[in-house]
Amino acid sequence: MSRRLPWGAMARMTGRRALAAVPVLLGVTLAVFAVAEASPFDPVKAYAGTAGLTASQDNLDQLRHNLGVDQPLLTRWWEWLTAAVTGDLGDSAVMRRPVADVITERLGWSVLLAATAFLVAIALGTLLGVLAGRRRGGLLDRTVSALAYTLEAAPAFWLGLLAIWFFALRLGVLPAGGLTDTASDTVTPDQVARHLVLPALVLGVSQLPWFFLYVRQGVGDALDEDPVRGARARGLAERTVLTGHALRAGMLPMLTLIGSRVPELITGALLVETVFSWPGIAAATVQAATAVDFPLLAALTVLATAAVLLGNLLSDLLYGLADPRVGFDG
Amino acid sequence: MADPRTHRLRLWTSALVVGAVVLAVLLVPPLVQLDEQAVDLSQKLLPPSWEHPFGTDDVGRDLLLRCVYGLRISLLVGLVAALVATVLGTAVGAAAGALGGWTDRTLMRLVDAFSSVPHLLLGIFVVALFRPGVWPVIASVAVTHWLSTARIVRSEVLSLRTRPHIEAAISGGASRRRVATRHLLPAVLPQAGLAAVLMVPHAMWHESALSFLGLGLPSHQASLGNLVQSARSSLLSGAWWPTLFPGLFLILPTLAIAGLAGTWRDRLNPRRRSELML
Repeated sequence: MSRRLPWGAMARMTGRRALAAVPVLLGVTLAVFAVAEASPFDPVKAYAGTAGLTASQDNLDQLRHNLGVDQPLLTRWWEWLTAAVTGDLGDSAVMRRPVADVITERLGWSVLLAATAFLVAIALGTLLGVLAGRRRGGLLDRTVSALAYTLEAAPAFWLGLLAIWFFALRLGVLPAGGLTDTASDTVTPDQVARHLVLPALVLGVSQLPWFFLYVRQGVGDALDEDPVRGARARGLAERTVLTGHALRAGMLPMLTLIGSRVPELITGALLVETVFSWPGIAAATVQAATAVDFPLLAALTVLATAAVLLGNLLSDLLYGLADPRVGFDG
Repeated sequence: MADPRTHRLRLWTSALVVGAVVLAVLLVPPLVQLDEQAVDLSQKLLPPSWEHPFGTDDVGRDLLLRCVYGLRISLLVGLVAALVATVLGTAVGAAAGALGGWTDRTLMRLVDAFSSVPHLLLGIFVVALFRPGVWPVIASVAVTHWLSTARIVRSEVLSLRTRPHIEAAISGGASRRRVATRHLLPAVLPQAGLAAVLMVPHAMWHESALSFLGLGLPSHQASLGNLVQSARSSLLSGAWWPTLFPGLFLILPTLAIAGLAGTWRDRLNPRRRSELML
């Protein structure tokens, strides 16, 4: 594997994708504003709260003007956009802080959770996938596959609650939620590590079926193909055949496609972070939605879209690297 | 693939479960003279027993009955949402495939843009701004689920357009409308129907997630997601049954519908090799 990487082609593809992402992101921001415009939700009444019931119409109009919501849709969108480019995403009502601060403070925790969950899913998925793919139709394969389909149907929040019941309440070995112990006011690595176990495990297991089925399919197919037959004919040990030939063939597509799993990961994180009160951006999204905190919700929706596009790019780059026939033309 | 006996077993188990579910949600409410909302605090949080097979919740309501009613609501919302999404997806896909040109390009870019926003997030966004009620939930599920149907229908139409019988119809002077309604639509309906059936569990899952997050159905229309949500406080006092059973009620129909649809899919696309393909 010591061939030179096609940096130029990869950079060109990245550039093309970045250009293509601009209209998509612009469209998403505009759609976000348009949906808010079409909704019965009134930011002025939400801002004023119960005081809005007794306030005079003049005061409400003044407030409407101060909040800038008396402007036409396109004007507000353009103002938001130009401010956003400079890093000013407005203020979050529910967090009572600038949206940009909320995101920078919470993004790291979400990335930590998501990365750990992916590692869990890859490790477990590969192990089980190889064991099942080695003998398709066998007892192990049928058991694990049936479990995988069941798991695919099981909602992540439900898995999370059952995990809390079993590990935190029944056995009492792991904390039920949060980032640190309730009594603690400092964030220490060992506390974070202990609080990370359950959410990462649940998020990882909820992603597991896809990884497992992919590796199982890849390994199973590779075992029927000529390179493996050749390796067996040369008398290589079963172990070498499995790890050297079949596993590589089975794992490569799965690893390259990880980037395309970002949407599912975000969906899972929305549920898991909420169940475990994990202080990430997915939990903040749910809070923003519950309180109809438009600036925060809009920023997080756009951020998630950008993450999906980035994941797609990553997976296409890796795919082009893994399989030179695919290339970097997309 | 698996041997025919396993196939038949899967088909019959799935059919049996789907049948039982449909019968239960249709017949239990009118036939059983029990009030699922009846509160009895002396019976609260009883573990599963002969009298209450699923136990009771924190205000003494029978959970089996609550689950059946919850499934009824989840299934109804899922069916309607899947129907709306399928009609939308079929319309967009057929238009893109049949008209081609810039219509096709615009519509497909739209589909791409929609698929770059994570489904649940888009759903949350829609529901947050239009809540509360059943229709915002249905709309939020529908706007996130029509994409795959649109893609499938479009590619079907594209491949149909080159077939001899369509070309014959066009050269025979059939109007666009006639080609679309007599030749294209009937041919894509099986695929669209399959997509719709496969979408029902997705829609149910989606609705449950929204309801669990407190953004879905109002609590007096308790769906399975609402049931799990309201079980959270009981869970902390150690009662697992109010959480476990609504979840199982969600998983079982999902697997059964997938099993039925799988058989259908194998008949439609006999050469499909991988479980990962549609």
